[in-house]
Amino acid sequence: MTTTRIDACFKALKAQGRAAFIPYVMGGDPSREAALAILKGLPAAGADIIELGFPFSDPMAEGPPIQRAAIRGLKAGFGLRSTMDLAREFRKDDQTTPIILMGYLNPIESLGYDAFAAYAAECGVDGLIVVDCPPEEAAPLIEALDKVSISLIRLATPTSDDERLKIVVQGTSGFVYYVAVAGVTGVKEANADVVAPAVERVRKASGLPVAVGFGVKTPERAAEIARVADAVVVGSALVDEVAAALEANAPAAPRVLARVKTLGDAVRSVTSASAAETV
Amino acid sequence: MKVETVNAQTPFQAPDPAQPLSNAYAWPDAQGRFGPYGGQFVAETLMPLIHELDAAYKAAKADPSFQAELDGYLTHYVGRESPLYFAERLTEHFGGAKIWLKREDLNHTGAHKINNCMGQILLARRMGKTRIIAETGAGQHGVASATVSARFGLPCTVYMGAVDVERQQPNVFRMRLLGAEVFPVTAGAATLKDAMNEAMRDWVTNVSDTYYIIGTAAGPHPYPAMVRDFQSVIGKEIKTQSMARMGKLPDAVVACIGGGSNAIGAFHPFIDDAAVRLIGVEAAGHGLDTPDHAASLKGGRSGVLHGNRTYLLQDEDGNIVEGHSISAGLDYPGIGPEHAWLHDIGRAEYRSATDNEALEAFQLCSKLEGIIPALEPAHALARTGEVAREVGKGGDVVLLMSGRGDKDIFQVARHLGVEL
Repeated sequence: MTTTRIDACFKALKAQGRAAFIPYVMGGDPSREAALAILKGLPAAGADIIELGFPFSDPMAEGPPIQRAAIRGLKAGFGLRSTMDLAREFRKDDQTTPIILMGYLNPIESLGYDAFAAYAAECGVDGLIVVDCPPEEAAPLIEALDKVSISLIRLATPTSDDERLKIVVQGTSGFVYYVAVAGVTGVKEANADVVAPAVERVRKASGLPVAVGFGVKTPERAAEIARVADAVVVGSALVDEVAAALEANAPAAPRVLARVKTLGDAVRSVTSASAAETV
Repeated sequence: MKVETVNAQTPFQAPDPAQPLSNAYAWPDAQGRFGPYGGQFVAETLMPLIHELDAAYKAAKADPSFQAELDGYLTHYVGRESPLYFAERLTEHFGGAKIWLKREDLNHTGAHKINNCMGQILLARRMGKTRIIAETGAGQHGVASATVSARFGLPCTVYMGAVDVERQQPNVFRMRLLGAEVFPVTAGAATLKDAMNEAMRDWVTNVSDTYYIIGTAAGPHPYPAMVRDFQSVIGKEIKTQSMARMGKLPDAVVACIGGGSNAIGAFHPFIDDAAVRLIGVEAAGHGLDTPDHAASLKGGRSGVLHGNRTYLLQDEDGNIVEGHSISAGLDYPGIGPEHAWLHDIGRAEYRSATDNEALEAFQLCSKLEGIIPALEPAHALARTGEVAREVGKGGDVVLLMSGRGDKDIFQVARHLGVEL
């Protein structure tokens, strides 16, 4: 019944007339203890849903900030399984905040789809985003995830025309992730005026809430996007806080959570006009 | 990190032994798969571009004027056909079958890489793309990409690991001389796989105007099939030349494998000729029993990287580990998906050669034939003696001399303790 955590979250936010705030953090970045402290602190700091990245050696769609976060995670000895273990720890105290695991396909292939799905479900994971697994290649993975009711969250992008959108959203659940810019994470800036009609198109094609990520760094930008989308994802700006904390020889969790608070407040400060129309 | 030595985990349908492969080989399928390998594992942003490329390539392939244009440039610019040379003294030395060298080292830019680059840049022009990107390890593919970009007046950015930029200064200078921008990649281990990651990042960022020339028969479909097709000019010529010179097909074709574009180009036209043995030679680095090798088939297992499923060097968590080889052109931690398939179905044989064996073969070929081979084909040569003896006197073995060794003389001198 894990999918319902995502559905319940969007339903509750729709009633409040606002968008969800989804921070992205990396498993094991910069250490198990710090990553767990961050994870556990996220809901109180303003996270409605959590995107939990697992480190991979070759993160092809990431810009420098998340590449560096992945390297820190790998250095801390983290991988897919240990990241899921973090989720399991988190679930002991929190039964409502959805966790979306995010990363690349090879660690999942290496574990085996069925073994992965079973373990993810056991750890309380609600959804999965696999950057390098487009719909054409996703059938065996979906089959494994369906058995444990974990949503494979699909990505729509500026290059998705109407025909492509139909394929992208086929058989999907939870929400759709709209990649706001053609590019890697944390480099270009998303533009709300350009994003708004795209979100509308994706929403119409999927009948699902639409989260917007890639290129959202500041509270101002987060608020702009929150007006037009059902959820706002921020990643690079948060993992950069980890890097800054390390540089300052300071603990990472307080810095990251303070940034989450600022961004979350920005999202909460605006009404999502479109959110009221969906689901 | 430890390299696991486990066989491919992905199940595949073994071919029915009652159905001979003869005249039956038609991979990849419509989804770009070679059995379980290949496919299109890329970010969603790139999917429409890959479909566009697939359609454009199919149309070009079916268009006689495209082939005619390519043939013209291959003849007058690249210098094809390349000779099939009878290596009399290597033959005497090995004491088995006759050794023939397919001289891709005599192509413009000194290696087989330009066959593919010429095909792809003509396709890029046909598609109206105005900017070229490429990745390179040793710099051979980078030089070939820069060369064709210069010829057609397109700006070219080459991604190259910062470590490789340091060890391949002459090629970096060549590329810059040819007008290309060489971008040193510091991410990850700063070698070929990281250069490929960075090229993918560029492509996903510049989706409207940019054409990515992948240098080996790997990546998302249609690249493995397309690069193979462009390199198949090698195998087709070997076939024609063998009939003319030997009066028959060769008994074996031997080629080195990094990603495997020269080998697949030589093998593909022979796949349905069951009597012709196809032998690929991977780089065993310091030895397959050490972590320092680049033999994806012999020392890796199935996984997904750079857009395709294939054999990869990886640790137990599915993270990719660096390949090692004395040859910068072979130290890629993966292999083209068609080789993975030919390996599994047993149509091609795969062996390996160590750094030291390649160094010996490098010197042997220089001394006996007056041909300084690149370190890459020196790996293939290192296994050619035993293949020649297996085939026996009266037989014919073709060794694919994929490139010339000028680029490697500093590296080899260093290994031999000679200061230049």
